[in-house]
Amino acid sequence: MAMAEKGKVEEKHPMEQLLRMDRMPHIWCPGCGIGISVTAFVSALKKLEFDLNKMCVVSGIGCTGRVAGYIKLDSFHTTHGRAIPFATGIKMANPDLKVVVFSGDGDLVSIGGNHFIHAARRNIDITVILVNNFIYAMTGGQVAPTTPETAYTTTSPFGNFETPANIPQLAEAAGAVYVARWTALHVRRLEKSIVEAINKPGFSLVEIVAPCSMYYSRINRLGAGIDMMRFYHENSIIKHDEPTENLAVGYQKQIIVGKFIDRERPGFIESNRRWSAEAKG
Amino acid sequence: MSNVRKPYDLSEIKIPRGEIHLIKDRCKGCGFCVEYCPNNVLEVSDEFSEKGYHPPVVANPERCLNCGLCEIVCPEFAIWSTLKEEVEASIEG
Repeated sequence: MAMAEKGKVEEKHPMEQLLRMDRMPHIWCPGCGIGISVTAFVSALKKLEFDLNKMCVVSGIGCTGRVAGYIKLDSFHTTHGRAIPFATGIKMANPDLKVVVFSGDGDLVSIGGNHFIHAARRNIDITVILVNNFIYAMTGGQVAPTTPETAYTTTSPFGNFETPANIPQLAEAAGAVYVARWTALHVRRLEKSIVEAINKPGFSLVEIVAPCSMYYSRINRLGAGIDMMRFYHENSIIKHDEPTENLAVGYQKQIIVGKFIDRERPGFIESNRRWSAEAKG
Repeated sequence: MSNVRKPYDLSEIKIPRGEIHLIKDRCKGCGFCVEYCPNNVLEVSDEFSEKGYHPPVVANPERCLNCGLCEIVCPEFAIWSTLKEEVEASIEG
């Protein structure tokens, strides 16, 4: 480590054991919420009573897609939108593994939207951590399926006129067994939710509303990352078990956060085994 | 203080005191730790780090209660706290 040679870094951050420090500093901009999602995830991993050698993190492409490269577990950086199919393959090949998909809104619900729907429908035992920053940030701030109406992006210079995707509603309709949403500000609750989601058998989703301090907030003149965090502080409201049709996010409007769905459904592997036993007689 | 009731378990309560550790060269100056420290331990400093950002400075070290919020809210893995000591609680404090 170059920094250690200069004698400036004497101590180790407590999360370093679960991070690939040779890749630091990471690529995320100052004020970005993805770093907080990672600290909440690492902090949740420390609280899990689970052998971390049996955990696998899968990411797609994008700003959040870099997470797999920074976490020091078995991790897999896959093609764009295909994090869930790769995760499905890992889980099917080795059902003992805990598979966590850590990716962004553009990767998981637009380009990989179909995979998201069908993984939830089949109820495959994976945990999806979806960082929603309302924009395609890595490629230059294009309009995404989650961009709120009237928000400016580089490809909607007169404001977005499309209706954005309501991710919790989509997940519930498709059949997810656990759906929660927090902002990057609710770190402690987010950490608890990630622990619950990983322990929950079946398709579980944790959506993290995170500030994009370089594209979304700059094009819309919302200030720096800290200003977006202040906005979340003032405008997010915790409503557990809120019906998911009310969870659409408007442009600079109230954000409803909490745990919305926690239910039981037979999982894919379980159904497969039961069915094959019945079919074979 | 004579009219303040002394809690029965006062002698059992220990107040943690934390110590902040900071790697200034990792900091990108987002200001989250300064804004969200519940006990206002940190302040933005005037000095520049190697990257040209203003890292936080521990302005009120005696107020840190080792809650660990700075560690989890920092996107850069640059700040954390450790338990320094536990002091006896007192009704005057």
